[in-house]
Amino acid sequence: MLKLFQAQAVAKEPLGELVRADGQPQAQKRRTSSERDKIVRRIFVAAGLFSLVIMGLIVLFLFKEGVGLFATVSVSDFLFGQFWYPTYDPADFGILPLILGSVAVTVVSSAIAVPLGVGTALYLGEVAGHRTREILKPVVELLAGLPSVVLGFVGMVVLAPLLQEWWDIPTGLNIFNASLMLALMAIPTIASISEDALHAVPQELVDASLALGATRLETLSRVVVPGALSGIGTAVILGMSRAMGETMVVLMVAGGAAQIPGSIFDSVRPLPATIAAEMGETPFGSEHYHALFAIGIVLFLLTLGFNLVAAWVSNRFHQKGAATL
Amino acid sequence: MSGSNSMFLRRCRQQAAFWVFRLAMLAVLGALGGVLLYILIQGAGAISWEFLTEPPRDSMTKGGIFPAILGTIYLTLGAVAVALPLGVAAAIYLSEYAAEGKVLRLVRLGIANLAGVPSVVFGLFGLALFVGYFKLGISLAAGSLTLGVLILPTVIGAAEEALRQVPSTFREASLGLGATRWQTIRKVVLPAALPGILTGSILGLGRAAGETAPIMFTAATFYTLHLPKSPLDEVMALPYHIYVLATAGTHIEQTRHLQYGTVLVLISLVLGLSLVAIIIRSRMRKHKKW
Repeated sequence: MLKLFQAQAVAKEPLGELVRADGQPQAQKRRTSSERDKIVRRIFVAAGLFSLVIMGLIVLFLFKEGVGLFATVSVSDFLFGQFWYPTYDPADFGILPLILGSVAVTVVSSAIAVPLGVGTALYLGEVAGHRTREILKPVVELLAGLPSVVLGFVGMVVLAPLLQEWWDIPTGLNIFNASLMLALMAIPTIASISEDALHAVPQELVDASLALGATRLETLSRVVVPGALSGIGTAVILGMSRAMGETMVVLMVAGGAAQIPGSIFDSVRPLPATIAAEMGETPFGSEHYHALFAIGIVLFLLTLGFNLVAAWVSNRFHQKGAATL
Repeated sequence: MSGSNSMFLRRCRQQAAFWVFRLAMLAVLGALGGVLLYILIQGAGAISWEFLTEPPRDSMTKGGIFPAILGTIYLTLGAVAVALPLGVAAAIYLSEYAAEGKVLRLVRLGIANLAGVPSVVFGLFGLALFVGYFKLGISLAAGSLTLGVLILPTVIGAAEEALRQVPSTFREASLGLGATRWQTIRKVVLPAALPGILTGSILGLGRAAGETAPIMFTAATFYTLHLPKSPLDEVMALPYHIYVLATAGTHIEQTRHLQYGTVLVLISLVLGLSLVAIIIRSRMRKHKKW
């Protein structure tokens, strides 16, 4: 088939043969360059579409392995059931406590990470001198790469005993500790993206504001931050999405109790922690196995939601007109 | 109105606000720096030649972590071998071929969302597709493929940035001399973008080395007697080793110093790789030839 195609390509070669610098006739050895270009182009288009294919495969396989559960458990019992006892007989597959556990650590960690992350970005973008910024920005980006298992380890081994001692609570492995560690993961992400957004605000706008007599802070709060709001919003949502999907920290530090949380010193078992903790001991193809994939579907849809909102925010609230960012 | 807003008050308010930002930065650096310093102090004692080159002994309480180091290196290189060709090809599509429009927007949305998929979901995906459907079993191959898919958006992002930084005059000159699009890409654009693409793959390496959740059900095992001999073998890996030693070992307190040592090795590996990538990138930005 390929040979045939090649032969056609040669036959289409116009009068005479292109002769390459080394004297060999090009057309006899290869396709004409324009034919080859078309094929190459197709390969690259396919590679470009590959990410979409992967997304499709992720959805396909999560559902393929996860929907089996809903033969025996209804969707509403699954989502709103209050008890997660997957190994009991009969088993309970209610993930409401797991969802609320995830929501709790995401909300508390955002409450810590957003002010600190945005504050760091404001310092880097507006207060720090050029040299300081050139050094500190890469440091912050470097810290974004800290492996999550390391922060999980620190939360578990170092922070948990301290918290337990300081506040005389039954366990240091709880929402507060996990949120603190998740915040450390999310802060560099939030700071780095927010700072890019601040940096992208056109200098003319800043100069105009300063020239009108506004102080740097007034310029910052009324010109720069409003101009960078879509970027900062995107950063915050991506940071939250990262906290919700993060596995190792909540697996090691959140305590692992599948209960609906009542205070920030309660132990919880967020969605990713449940999957990671239980998949290893689950027989392939069992109801429990399907249930963990069903949790994967929920987690995937939640983070997809966050990411789509982030994409929408960054498109929708872009400043328009002469000052388009 | 303007009376109460005297210049002095406005200056004070500015100073106060700037100090708040400065404190935020200091708190972040202090917390993360403190974590790193603490691990350095606690872990340095465990590091020795034996620790880096020997397998574990006496049910994990003595000996080294060599198999885990080797496993992580194999997994990471495997992941980059998967992600680099695919990622660079996708980046070439995005920067050289794609025209603005619906398809391109969809592709970009796909890549952005792929980057946001939680790592544990990649683990489930790898388990269902590579371990189960392709019957690779829990293996180096399945883990590398899973990690490869995970770092694909990182590699695409870095490679596309590198390709876009090649000035369009380079392409125009080559096309003007009669080269085809592909010849231009292969002989002009790619060589000029190579350092940037290299940076991207190093960032991918660092990311893949630190991930735990995607390899938990696809590649990692707590302990094997032999080093991996084929891509279908299970492997030990540094992040998984830390997790298991800290949570499920039978001698959690006795192995504490080994845990700190392993954490230190993993951090040095991951941050070292990222540092190299960041240095290459900042040098490139400073010494651009065009």
